[in-house]
Amino acid sequence: MQKFSLPLHYSVFTVHSSIFKSFLFSLPSSISKSFLKGTCSVSTSSLSTACLVPMKLTCLSKGGGYHLPPCHILNICGFTILLDCPLDLSALTIFSPIPSSSEASYLDKESPNSLNCSDLLDLEEPLFRKRQKVEKSLDADDLICAVPWYKTVKNLHLWNASFIDAVLISSPMGMLGLPFITRMKGFSAKIYVTEATARLGQLMMEDLVSMHMEIRQLFGPEESSFPRWMKWEVLKLLPSSLRRLVLGKDGGELGGWMPLYRVLLSAADVKDCMQKFLRVKYAEETCYNSTLILKAFSSGLEIGSCNWTIKSPKGSVGFISSSIFDSAHAMNFDYHDLQGNDMMIYSDFSFLDAAEHVESDFDNASDCQELAKSLLNIDDSLEERDKLTFICSCVIDSVKAGGSVLIPISRLGIILQLLEQISSSLDVLNLKVPMYIISSVAEELLAFTNIVPEWLCKERQEKLFCGEPLFAHVMLINEKKLHVFPTVHSPKLLMNWQEPCIVFSPHWNLRLGPAVHLLRRWCGDQNSLLILESGPDVELSLLPFKPMEMKVLQCSFLSGIRLQKVEALLKILEPKVVLLPEDLKPNSSSITNSFSTFHYRVNETLRIPSLKDNSELEMATDLATQFKWRNLKQGNMKMTRLNGEFFVDHGRQRLLSGNLESSESRPLVHWGSPSLEKLLLVLSTRGIKATLGEAPSGSESRSASLVHVHHPNQALVEVRETITVISTADESLASIIFEAIGSVLDGI
Amino acid sequence: MAIDSLVLGAGQEVGKSCVVVTINGKRIMFDCGMHMGYLDHRRYPDFSRIPKSQNESNFDHSITCIIITHFHLDHVGALPYFTEVCGYQGPIYMTYPTKALSPIMLEDYRKVMVERRGEEEQFSSHHIAECMKKVVPVDLKQTVQVDKDLQIRAYYAGHVLGAAMFYAKVGDATMVYTGDYNMTPDRHLGAAQIDRLNLDLLISESTYATTIRDSKYAREREFLRAVHKCVAAGGKVLIPTFALGRAQELCILLEDYWERMNLKVPIYFSAGLTLQANMYYKMLISWTSQKVKETYSTHNAFDFKNAHKFDRSMMHAPGPCVLFATPGMISGGFSLEVFKHWAPSAMNLVTLPGYCVAGTIGHKLMSGKPTKIDLDKDTQIDVRCQIHQLSFSPHTDAKGIMDLVKFLSPKHVILVHGEKPRMAILKGKIQSELGIQCYDPANNETVSVPSTHYAKAVASDTFIRSCSNPNFKFSKRSSEDEHGLSLGTRNSTPGLQVSDERAAEGVLVMEKSKKTKVVHQEELMLMLGEKKHQVQFAYCCLVQTGNLKEAKSTSGNDDQLCKSERGSRLLRRLSAKLSNEFSEGNIQDFEDHLEVASFRASVCLKENCPHRLLDGHGVRNKSEEAVYFCCSWAMADEKLAWQVISICQNFPMHEQNKGPSTLTRQSIIGLRSFQMVADLERSTCEEYKRTTHRAPLSENKPRVVQPYQHVVVEPFGDFSGLDAAAAACLVDPVDL
Repeated sequence: MQKFSLPLHYSVFTVHSSIFKSFLFSLPSSISKSFLKGTCSVSTSSLSTACLVPMKLTCLSKGGGYHLPPCHILNICGFTILLDCPLDLSALTIFSPIPSSSEASYLDKESPNSLNCSDLLDLEEPLFRKRQKVEKSLDADDLICAVPWYKTVKNLHLWNASFIDAVLISSPMGMLGLPFITRMKGFSAKIYVTEATARLGQLMMEDLVSMHMEIRQLFGPEESSFPRWMKWEVLKLLPSSLRRLVLGKDGGELGGWMPLYRVLLSAADVKDCMQKFLRVKYAEETCYNSTLILKAFSSGLEIGSCNWTIKSPKGSVGFISSSIFDSAHAMNFDYHDLQGNDMMIYSDFSFLDAAEHVESDFDNASDCQELAKSLLNIDDSLEERDKLTFICSCVIDSVKAGGSVLIPISRLGIILQLLEQISSSLDVLNLKVPMYIISSVAEELLAFTNIVPEWLCKERQEKLFCGEPLFAHVMLINEKKLHVFPTVHSPKLLMNWQEPCIVFSPHWNLRLGPAVHLLRRWCGDQNSLLILESGPDVELSLLPFKPMEMKVLQCSFLSGIRLQKVEALLKILEPKVVLLPEDLKPNSSSITNSFSTFHYRVNETLRIPSLKDNSELEMATDLATQFKWRNLKQGNMKMTRLNGEFFVDHGRQRLLSGNLESSESRPLVHWGSPSLEKLLLVLSTRGIKATLGEAPSGSESRSASLVHVHHPNQALVEVRETITVISTADESLASIIFEAIGSVLDGI
Repeated sequence: MAIDSLVLGAGQEVGKSCVVVTINGKRIMFDCGMHMGYLDHRRYPDFSRIPKSQNESNFDHSITCIIITHFHLDHVGALPYFTEVCGYQGPIYMTYPTKALSPIMLEDYRKVMVERRGEEEQFSSHHIAECMKKVVPVDLKQTVQVDKDLQIRAYYAGHVLGAAMFYAKVGDATMVYTGDYNMTPDRHLGAAQIDRLNLDLLISESTYATTIRDSKYAREREFLRAVHKCVAAGGKVLIPTFALGRAQELCILLEDYWERMNLKVPIYFSAGLTLQANMYYKMLISWTSQKVKETYSTHNAFDFKNAHKFDRSMMHAPGPCVLFATPGMISGGFSLEVFKHWAPSAMNLVTLPGYCVAGTIGHKLMSGKPTKIDLDKDTQIDVRCQIHQLSFSPHTDAKGIMDLVKFLSPKHVILVHGEKPRMAILKGKIQSELGIQCYDPANNETVSVPSTHYAKAVASDTFIRSCSNPNFKFSKRSSEDEHGLSLGTRNSTPGLQVSDERAAEGVLVMEKSKKTKVVHQEELMLMLGEKKHQVQFAYCCLVQTGNLKEAKSTSGNDDQLCKSERGSRLLRRLSAKLSNEFSEGNIQDFEDHLEVASFRASVCLKENCPHRLLDGHGVRNKSEEAVYFCCSWAMADEKLAWQVISICQNFPMHEQNKGPSTLTRQSIIGLRSFQMVADLERSTCEEYKRTTHRAPLSENKPRVVQPYQHVVVEPFGDFSGLDAAAAACLVDPVDL
């Protein structure tokens, strides 16, 4: 039990120094400036008045698709909460997967120090020529040939990591950027994550580290802490499409690039980060600082991924991340438990990629709840299943033709389902084509999926209750139809290898991991098939492997709430306030709602009006029964002064009886105007002789009436409009008069 | 408000656990077990005692939900009967493992009853399946909102896989039903874990109400040695267990031992049942202990390499083996069948679980060393085999129960699931040692305990803000108290009292047809639309001037010394006096007046101050020398005010021979006005700090101090660090 919160916060705004440097390089934009201004006041609140600080939301990044969830900062009750901390792995496509091109390696061999002014002049010409050429069409040589750096959410670095009080992680993808901030000085936030997400995220990070390790061996040791490719002179010469990826639209994104987890690569950062995790179970209530109650409900996107609810004395907030109503592997989007929150932050940006056209046929009919429910029940999974069936048929066609299939898809759910579907198709056709999973963490990952029934969909849970394995891969491994290897060069793989085959291996951006090697091997084979998740930069991804004979199948999978369901969902959740991304505005403007809607934009702090004017105070019954009530003269109203001790426990404000002796019940505050006649009457009933005296002629006491007391002792009562002064040398007399006055006034 | 607990089973006995708890209109059934020792109606709890409206044929409206703590039959055995035969459609909550494993136990039991004993079946396989459809599985710590008011949560209990203690909350009333639990981790399960909850009621098992158990490792070694000895001599080992739980624990133990000792003797599981159960254990490995859990990715601990399926024909096969067979207490079924064949050979070994229900063969074997056991009228078994009793029951011992009760510190405890005499002892212990009200009701008794209820009110932000800021008041016990009370009762250490009466600034307002509100007293006027009326006290008191004349002469030009200056000097002295007398309250010395809390004293220069009352004789003291302090205060500081006034009136303020400490203290006040505080603060003198911290002066108005004549100072601290000028100032010129 925490009795009170301590005033801890000082507001010192510091800008990450290296970011500042990169700003100088990349011409800081006006947007960034205004953003800086906006965030300066973030942590000025002292915790003591915590719950009275207005709520604020700052969207740091809209993210992009399944692999890059959005990132926000929420200020609630004076606490700063970071919602997700992703890593933009799609940006890795600017790097070359292999140190191949001659020109690039020439650049690379330049010692970093040689780039002074005179050298620059020499370099200017060839580079300029190169750029000219590239503007026509990109080729593999244009890619940056260096050990890759990783792009974090740049706006996050404008915040002082030590001011973050808590981090809520909603999916494994949403935690890849965490090691970058947990290693910052002063970082002390508590990181809340579901057990399953923590495990999957850890495996993803470990896999990333091991893949990075491999590529580092190819490129040799890293350059100085400021790699050559990041220099402005070099960046200027990049083809425009690549440059946009590096710098973002306004050039501000350069600051987001970071070397992976640590310059000296080790898993230490990952381990460090994991140790700061507070793992929660499904729908477990955890309490932050006795004030906020946090709870995670399944979002359906992935095993363990969740939507958070934050309950505070000043109202409750639900945070909706990308969610799937009907998942084929993970537990479905649990929206019922999000009902009844005061505010919803809608942060599912998947509609941006889906590009659907929505005709809203909503009218405010009385049965809109029913309509909403029925809309939510429209089956998404059917369409998804069709996609998988199609992929499966392509795979079969390809292996039948003697080609191999490479599936560098990292979505766990897709892998697990494809494994089941492809193997059953192979069985039906009696094809003996081996399936391989090559990844440093594959074994653990597969084993893990079979021990988390608590986070799986109903159909999978039924398997548990029937005593069957949750996923078919357990059987496939036992039957030697599926082989799992840590790397492409593991001896067991070489012993077992058989082509044609079907390989699942990371990484989906085709720059890291075993997929690179296999793609190079098969890219010339016209019978082979590459199955990719479609994204904006597929052309760029495939660039280093061109010319390609290999077939490429691009597919997109559902990775969030469909646009036409948003309206229905919010209707059912019935919040008072909804925060929607601005991009949703055109879709939601036409409908009048029972809730008020605010739109938020990237890099802008949105202030949210208070959800509740007052909070609730709970008083222990034993305390409450001891209250001495006073009836007011106005009638219909009675009041009492409180006593006891104030506690904040588990988000509840409570008054419990302390062991203090109850203080005297004399009123300390009075109001009303005393009537002198009544006063004299009361005094006389108490055996006090008093007379009404004339006001002295002095100017200061003009409006005063005087009451002279003669017995039992001398006293003078001076009654004015808003003040009564009792003068006497007799202590007991003073208190009798006081009580008498109290009885003609209202007081507490 | 009360919590009523109707104990339908496991009251002063072990078996058919079932407690129906009614809290604030919600009725929860905790466990729905059957008694293994009875075959008649006594095997089920007496469900007819559950209150329900007369025209209802089922329990849908009378029971809000059922909670099952774990899959043992004495906790879940009557569930299909209750839901399918008695009729209940509402939700049933259990953990994932319990939901997965309960049907196996129930089906196993049903088979034993119907197929072997040829009894009329109480419920069918279909009943079990239908019953399980109503089950909502929950994860540990998952907070389930059963309905608007009822919240439940499972905590790890460690008794068997998936065993949980359940927390239930309705409104402000809270309780925990432990089911069976184990406070020490064993080979495959962790120890029970629970949050420190604020409970009205704890219903705890008490199987080992008086036993204190030693380390388990010794007993494990003993068991392994016995098994090894038997198989080494070519004997057969029969381990009757329940399909789940003990079998897996012992098998992990044996696997480990087999590996270490390089034994090849086969380990069998009867009827495939237990082997299939291992499948569940593999998927539910995250519910086991930390150590076992960590193995999942490389080698799942429940992948037993040496374990095989047992076939009935192997019963008479020669050679040693180890067999796990159900049921555990040899109450029938396959374990009885094997026992019949193996018991007559002295080479064989039978291990018995720690607890056997009366009436079973296991119980007969445990009590004494029988050579013959009557199975029924016609059958008698010669028992020559060795008997080894396994005493590692996954129940907590007495110490564990006490630890849990102490940790949770509930307001009331109900003991169930134990033996009457032992429970009585434990009950006494809980009441005497922990001071917690404890009950041990028999079956069909109801215990009613009061429950917590909070009165709720809407609190204003101002009130919350004022409550969130600590507002400590430090006060020393007054000297009277020290003499009067402390000496007699306890050592008179200077009792510093810290009081924090933040809540007292709040006012609870009740108005008809409006929500009860809490506002800060400052907000009250605004809310009422009234004007505050201040009630103040005032008294202009005559100060004992004493040797003022002398003081006047020493300070030079006496006639010029105006009254106000004398007064202000007296005020200084009063301030010094007060800081000496009152440690509580922040005495603030402004140039022209003193303030202590709401008390304010200033030198009164008015000839006819209205607060200067006629003294007792009706004569105003007209003396020119008379100095008056005009005092005013509010009710809150009444006591303090009168004390100060009495000091003003009665204590001579001149006091020539006063102790050095008073002198110096006064000097320090002088010093402060010279802003030489820094010098003094360097000194280690605690005394100084105490006083100055309480007497901040207005820094920007240095007061003129009269030139001194000579210096007599007894230093009360180390002044060596002070420079001469500062030391010179240590004397108050007024007194000398």
